[in-house]
Amino acid sequence: MPKLTIDGKEITVEEGTTVFEAARQMKTSIPHFCYHSKLSIAGNCRMCLVEIEKMPKPQISCNTVAQEGMVVHTQTDNVKALQKNVLEFILINHPIDCPVCDQAGECKLQKYYMNYSVGDSEFNESKVKKPKKVDLGPNVMLDDERCILCTRCVRFCDEISKTGELCVTNRGDRSTLRTFPGKKLDNKYSLNTVDICPVGALTSKPFRFQQRVWFLKSAPSICTGCATGCNIEINHNDGKVFRYQTRKNEAVNECWTCDEGRLSYTFINESRLIRPLLKTANGLEEVTKTQALAAATEALQKCSAEQIVFLGSAYESNENNAALKKLANNLGVTALQYAFHEVENPSSDDFLIKADKNPNRAGVSNLGFAEFSGELTGKTVLAMERISASQIEKIRSQKPKYLILLSSHQSPACELADVVLPVCTFAEQKGSFINFQERIQKFEVALAPKGQMQTAWQFLQEIAQSLGHAWAITSPEPLLKEFFNLTYEEIGEQGKLLE
Amino acid sequence: MDTKILTKNFGLKDSHLLSVYESTGGYQNLKKLFGMQPGDVIEEVKKSGLRGRGGAGFPTGLKWSFVPKDSPKPKYLCVNADESEPGTFKDRYLLELDPHRLIEGMIICSYAIDCHNAYVYIRGEFVYPKVQLEKAIEEAYQKGYLGKNILGSGFDLEITVHRGAGAYICGEETALLNSLEGKRGQPRLKPPFPAVVGLFACPTVVNNVETISALPYVLENGADAYRQFGTEKSPGTKMFSVSGHVNRPGNFEIPLGYPLKKLIMEDAGGIKDGKALKAVIPGGSSVPVLTAEEAMDVNLDYESLQEKGTMLGSGGVIVMDETTCMVKALTNLAHFYSHESCGQCSPCREGTGWAHKILQRMLGGEGRANDIDELNRIADNMAGKTICVLADALAMPIWSYLKKFRSEFEALCRS
Ligand SMILES: Cc1cc2nc3c(=O)[nH]c(=O)nc-3n(C[C@H](O)[C@H](O)[C@H](O)COP(=O)(O)O)c2cc1C
Ligand code: SF4
Ligand code: SF4
Ligand code: SF4
Ligand code: FES
Repeated sequence: MPKLTIDGKEITVEEGTTVFEAARQMKTSIPHFCYHSKLSIAGNCRMCLVEIEKMPKPQISCNTVAQEGMVVHTQTDNVKALQKNVLEFILINHPIDCPVCDQAGECKLQKYYMNYSVGDSEFNESKVKKPKKVDLGPNVMLDDERCILCTRCVRFCDEISKTGELCVTNRGDRSTLRTFPGKKLDNKYSLNTVDICPVGALTSKPFRFQQRVWFLKSAPSICTGCATGCNIEINHNDGKVFRYQTRKNEAVNECWTCDEGRLSYTFINESRLIRPLLKTANGLEEVTKTQALAAATEALQKCSAEQIVFLGSAYESNENNAALKKLANNLGVTALQYAFHEVENPSSDDFLIKADKNPNRAGVSNLGFAEFSGELTGKTVLAMERISASQIEKIRSQKPKYLILLSSHQSPACELADVVLPVCTFAEQKGSFINFQERIQKFEVALAPKGQMQTAWQFLQEIAQSLGHAWAITSPEPLLKEFFNLTYEEIGEQGKLLE
Repeated sequence: MDTKILTKNFGLKDSHLLSVYESTGGYQNLKKLFGMQPGDVIEEVKKSGLRGRGGAGFPTGLKWSFVPKDSPKPKYLCVNADESEPGTFKDRYLLELDPHRLIEGMIICSYAIDCHNAYVYIRGEFVYPKVQLEKAIEEAYQKGYLGKNILGSGFDLEITVHRGAGAYICGEETALLNSLEGKRGQPRLKPPFPAVVGLFACPTVVNNVETISALPYVLENGADAYRQFGTEKSPGTKMFSVSGHVNRPGNFEIPLGYPLKKLIMEDAGGIKDGKALKAVIPGGSSVPVLTAEEAMDVNLDYESLQEKGTMLGSGGVIVMDETTCMVKALTNLAHFYSHESCGQCSPCREGTGWAHKILQRMLGGEGRANDIDELNRIADNMAGKTICVLADALAMPIWSYLKKFRSEFEALCRS
């Protein structure tokens, strides 16, 4: 355990810790481009140079292992000059097209440029011209001129996705990032390269030129793409989700997400149901909330508890499933099943992606709901989405007496429903999921509900109240407390493993 | 005293043949080698004071001693035959004219470091030297000097020749290792050093062709005999490749400590067409240039050249007469180093190209008042701040040309 001094402060670190990491542990941030905590050390940007006493030359802190008694300086005028000079080199052939660059606002180069006030460069020569639009693969576009050749993306493909599509070709200032001949940057995790690119060289095709990042608002959330529950930030503006960004969680997704999950945000923006629907002679028609709730309540009132089946959902939050359970307890309903989302040939691997495409199967089963089995003939059914195509077929053939559906979308299941209540997706409410590891994780409200949308638990509370049960819930937290004996604070930002 | 160690067979007919090499005593000391302890071989090489002839002049025996003896991993020897430093052409002759000396040297080194698979990484353009070397290796296999159980000693050694693909940077030892592994030829971060983590992540010695070719003499005659040549700190002989404005360009083997003046004016026949000498690069294009005055007053050994602010390097002596435009000469070097920079480190990738563009602009008559300061600043900001020393290899010429021949640059920078 060597003890070293950084900027006059002593710190003891684990054997093998680099000076860069030691400084980081002391909350001293050393400027860097190529260093990434999850990737091997490349040491090529030279931005992290520091002075170490008794060493004749400045050293890169990212590849210098801390030694007993080392005295390191990261803030001296000399170190600042070193960093400024490296920055100048990086900038001479950089197009500085921040005004049209997607990365502007979250760009390391732009940030350091401001911090070090590089000012007008002495560079009077013509810049190296490179292609501005190189199609690397289905999701990623490269602007060669912006690339600072840090090789983070190359190392990601070699070491994390282990697909090895990327390389640097040519030499000197003609070096360019490329895919190997005949290859595309086409792997299940390719958009992570966009995340870790310190500049605006790699852009996400779906996000390209969609939005200036400083207009984006952000809410911590959980990806609903599969049972892993990668931690994400939902970036949105004007009631629309523009992208998911990875949020760090060492125990779940480290700092990565898969492309499929990351791009699944589009469902939040599309085909949304914003008004209740009621089946009439002319098919489903928009009605007021009061009319819809009255129809639902009447249908439930008309039958005994034995004639009712509740379909919870592996796609819905713990809180919404808990509300359904609470209503079941009130009414004495014991037929509790859960619907779930299914796709043909689901993707899966041994890294993040799970074949179970539901974010909360563990949560809904914990509440005592059994996997969908049907047995709905003649029953009055209260169901939550998502309901898979095969489940829909089963429902259709079994002809329930009455179907009350809580749905966020104009989905195929709506066609079978007698009444449909427009519910919020996870992006429009607070709640929690339990992932495949039995880790409960929470998500925050990103978007305001539109039209007549409400959370499922709000609708269920209103149904319970019309049926004479005194619920008075104003947030999902009491449901979490009552059924999982937890508070959001106890879940924390990184989730909590259940015993 | 005859000072020819490396080149002693160069004048013989068919000097590349095994029979000729054997007739001059070649391979005759392998029995002695296999009777020695590997550690004693390293000791002898250490005592000889032999220093690396590839450019850095690192003590050879010391380098071998860094190879961990207790490592369960295989150990490798990689002979650096990438010779691409402008002005240097000695290894090429050693490969063409006396390949068996190199092979015997490789056996000696391999035995000392417990290596059973040795490589020769040869410059891609060296087609003929490669043919000669491969024929020689074939002969050595047939005669039982290579392969399994060499001369009944129980020692095995295989040699593989690998051709480079035309990148100067692959002469840098860790870029060479990457290239040999089939990866992009770019230098690795150090530490770790090749002696510990080298080829295929195993302990590896990288030595220059000339360094290895000196070993048979050291083994046969002992360290003391080797030390008869040269100076205390620079023992032995070394090949110098003399090129440029001289009457008799070529390779010359001389004992270290030899006057540069004598090499140029006598051995290389003096300056062409009776012109005056202007400048000399003594150790390959990357080392600081000497003025005529400095060059006529320095001896060719590590310490004397260091005193004059330059280096012995690879021994490429480039002679420039009074007609040479130093701005053009420097532009040529800047072009070379910017073209050959592997491009991974920001300062080298950008700095070498930047310097080249400024110099080209100066030559084109567009020089500006602050160009000289700017060039110096670029050199300052890239030297010593990169993964390998290629950045320094351009910085050193920039500093020295600008300092010693400033007026020629100033003449092009009046705006
Ligand atoms: C840019 C660069 C190019 C080099 N090219 C060569 C070369 O062509 N041949 C060579 O022997 N050494 C070359 N070297 C030096 C090698 O890195 C290494 O020091 C040498 O091969 C070690 O052998 P030695 O100790 O026998 O000299 C080069 C170094 C650098 C930085
Ligand atoms: S594209 Fe981005 S991450 Fe990849 S090498 Fe260039 S700057 Fe680095
Ligand atoms: S692995 Fe699963 S949870 Fe993670 S991003 Fe992909 S779909 Fe979403
Ligand atoms: S100094 Fe130049 S040649 Fe050497 S590793 Fe860095 S970029 Fe490559
Ligand atoms: S962060 Fe250390 S060299 Fe790039």
